[in-house]
Amino acid sequence: MAQSVVPINPVILSRKTGISAAFLVLALILLALIAVLSRAEAGTGLGAGDWAAIRFTATQALCSALLSVLFAVPVARALARRRFAGRAALVTLLGAPFILPVIVAVLGLLTVFGRSGWLNVGLEFLGLPTVSIYGFHGVVLAHVFFNMPLATRLLLQGWQTIPSERFRLAAQLRLTPSSMFRAVEWPMLVQVIPGALALVFVICLTSFAVALTLGGGPRATTIELAIYQAFRFDFDLGRAALLSVVQLVLAGSMALIALRFVPSISVGGGLDRVMPRWDARGGMQRLGDGFVITVAALFLLVPLAAVVLRGLMGLPSMPPTVYHAAGISVIVAVASIFVLLALALPMAGWIVGRRAGGVEAVGLLGLSASPLMIGTGWFIVINPYADPFDFALPVTVLVNAMMALPFALRILVPPMRDTVQRYGRLSAMLGLRGWALWQVLLLPRLRAQIGFSAGLTGALSMGDLGVIALFADPERVTLPLQMVRLMGAYRMDAAAGAALLLLGLSLGIFWICDKGGRWRAEA
Amino acid sequence: MKYLTFATATLAATAAWAETPELIVYTYDSFTSDWGPGPAIEKSFEETCACDLKLVGLGDGAALLARLKLEGARSDADVVMGLDTSLIAAAKETGLFTETAVSAAYTLPVEWNDAVFAPYDWGYFAFVHNKDLTPPANFKALGDSDLKIVIQDPRSSTPGLGLLMWVKAAYGDEAPAIWDALADNVVTVTKGWSEAYGLFLEGEADMVLSYTTSPAYHLIAEEDDSKAAAEFDEGHYMQIEVVGTLAGSDQPELAEKFLNFMVSDAAQAILPTTNWMYPAVTPAAGLPEGFETLTVPTKALLTPADEVPEIREEALAEWLKALSR
Repeated sequence: MAQSVVPINPVILSRKTGISAAFLVLALILLALIAVLSRAEAGTGLGAGDWAAIRFTATQALCSALLSVLFAVPVARALARRRFAGRAALVTLLGAPFILPVIVAVLGLLTVFGRSGWLNVGLEFLGLPTVSIYGFHGVVLAHVFFNMPLATRLLLQGWQTIPSERFRLAAQLRLTPSSMFRAVEWPMLVQVIPGALALVFVICLTSFAVALTLGGGPRATTIELAIYQAFRFDFDLGRAALLSVVQLVLAGSMALIALRFVPSISVGGGLDRVMPRWDARGGMQRLGDGFVITVAALFLLVPLAAVVLRGLMGLPSMPPTVYHAAGISVIVAVASIFVLLALALPMAGWIVGRRAGGVEAVGLLGLSASPLMIGTGWFIVINPYADPFDFALPVTVLVNAMMALPFALRILVPPMRDTVQRYGRLSAMLGLRGWALWQVLLLPRLRAQIGFSAGLTGALSMGDLGVIALFADPERVTLPLQMVRLMGAYRMDAAAGAALLLLGLSLGIFWICDKGGRWRAEA
Repeated sequence: MKYLTFATATLAATAAWAETPELIVYTYDSFTSDWGPGPAIEKSFEETCACDLKLVGLGDGAALLARLKLEGARSDADVVMGLDTSLIAAAKETGLFTETAVSAAYTLPVEWNDAVFAPYDWGYFAFVHNKDLTPPANFKALGDSDLKIVIQDPRSSTPGLGLLMWVKAAYGDEAPAIWDALADNVVTVTKGWSEAYGLFLEGEADMVLSYTTSPAYHLIAEEDDSKAAAEFDEGHYMQIEVVGTLAGSDQPELAEKFLNFMVSDAAQAILPTTNWMYPAVTPAAGLPEGFETLTVPTKALLTPADEVPEIREEALAEWLKALSR
């Protein structure tokens, strides 16, 4: 690695606030864990079943992460090289599977891949044997459906950081597409892929309902299910805490391993010009990209279309309380965005100023902590002093922001590192520091990434069900909770309508922030 | 000036409201929703009690009990409604509940004599299917058939646990063999009832574990008579939902009044078409139209509440072993 030639960072960004933000996240998790442990009685340790669950959880998460990122590379490359009608819409829709409530997405997937889904009906019609989605492959398929689009977006961001002069130069040197990939694109990928892998791995680690439903039975038990059982049926808080620690350790070590490999090399300066790609003009290249984009779009959009169709039919049967719940969800989402930015920006600034990327692992811990554990822990903390209901929304906002933190860091850190390395010395010479540095240099140059992070947070927060279910205040029900309640009362149609509303709102808030960030900006 | 008037009015209203005693009842989510029994129950009880009834929805029965254990004796709740027969033993073990004198002419298939909890509704677990399917007559026939079923995970769902107890109550030591035979019929296991029922409606399975009263919802609320519940000749396991008073309640008299109300005609008539279960006391006006079409099992199975925890452990281990292969 070329670390010896990289100058020591001339700019120290937001060290104190960054450390405070990281400390706050750690404290939120650890306090919850300690609170749970404080109420634990001597429980049973980890049994053979738990170890099986740990193995299954790690294996499926690893497979899902590898495949999601593997598939995302050609898709992101094709999207980076092509401009076509509907491209912007497709890129926005890439966010959709990820932010759908799990059960809705699973039903959507089953409409296509299920026993009586479109795929099997088609196969039967052609006289071919049908396929079953249930099993290990089903779990991985669903996780790829959820996370491949996210990985694609992260990689696409990486492509956009490559200065167009590179491609210009490479074109003048008549580099073939494959040598172009090796010389220009691969170095960027090396920087982005480990972080994306770690992120998807951690997301899949805490999966529970997807793994169980599509895994086809108790073989597909994940750690999160064991935690759920320990909390609800056995009320064995010691075991729940122990399993939570296992989950945190798995996520933490994966994050540390992956982020170690993120080299802190800048891809170099450029003039921020639009990127014409002379290398990709060949017919075969066009055909290849077209094929990749079509397949990916079909894989993502057909199940989504199923969700939308069902939702449209359910809209009329939706009770008015759903709209009230939608209003509350929007407020929670907007609040989460502000809290997230307050945490993520200083933390990113701090991480950029350090050589090793290990600190980013703190961000990932927030995502890997079981929402049930955090919720229960904070319930135990708050309950002796105040009515937990009064804290339902603040806790939800904070936890939602925390869950979105690792995404935001992954989005913000690489370009911020670049910006600092390119303009750091100049800024230091000009005496730019503190708030002025943010105002003049960082915020304007990171607008697109800030918008993307904010949009993702808003959308994630809109669809989240984790903590609110535990604190649920009768008067302040969020939209996902309302949807689950409708389903629990046989009202599957109305629930489908609510799911469509949720999808619309999530995509809407994502689009507004993402578009807002890119408005009149390159990238 | 306007604001001042408004503020005074608000304050006065709050003061008047504060004088009314408040009864806090913890229950499960679906009870409190707009389409559940909650709103009608609240209205009806408040007409007679001169109090404010606050129904607080908290997940499902299991979540309710976990929440109570977390809160311990500090709980603000006066009454807990929505625990079922498999949770009664665990609930009593907490020592948080107090005895009740409530009694009524229960129309349950089993005799009820519990000093702490009063039943308010009940149902039979059953496999629900579309009417065009000829259902198997028992678990053995189901195990031998190619029919596909969706069930709930007993580690995360009450009906899932009910099925476990059902097979155990019907077959005892033979239960592992039954599960071995059923293993290839189980399409998948879900986290909760809604996921399983959703998968069934989606056409992912021929039958789903639910209640004999489920077809009543489709018939009465959706005018759809295509669903039926299969009758199994080894008998059907029951779920009885109960309500009890917490020892730490600051409104013990009001709580007792609420328990009496829940088994009275006024409340019982509300439950069948809102909670989609059988009322614990058949209302004077009888069951709503449509309920007469439901499958009525000839034999009811129920494990005594105090034996549940031990049997659950054993049955869960057997279930995991059979389905993890």
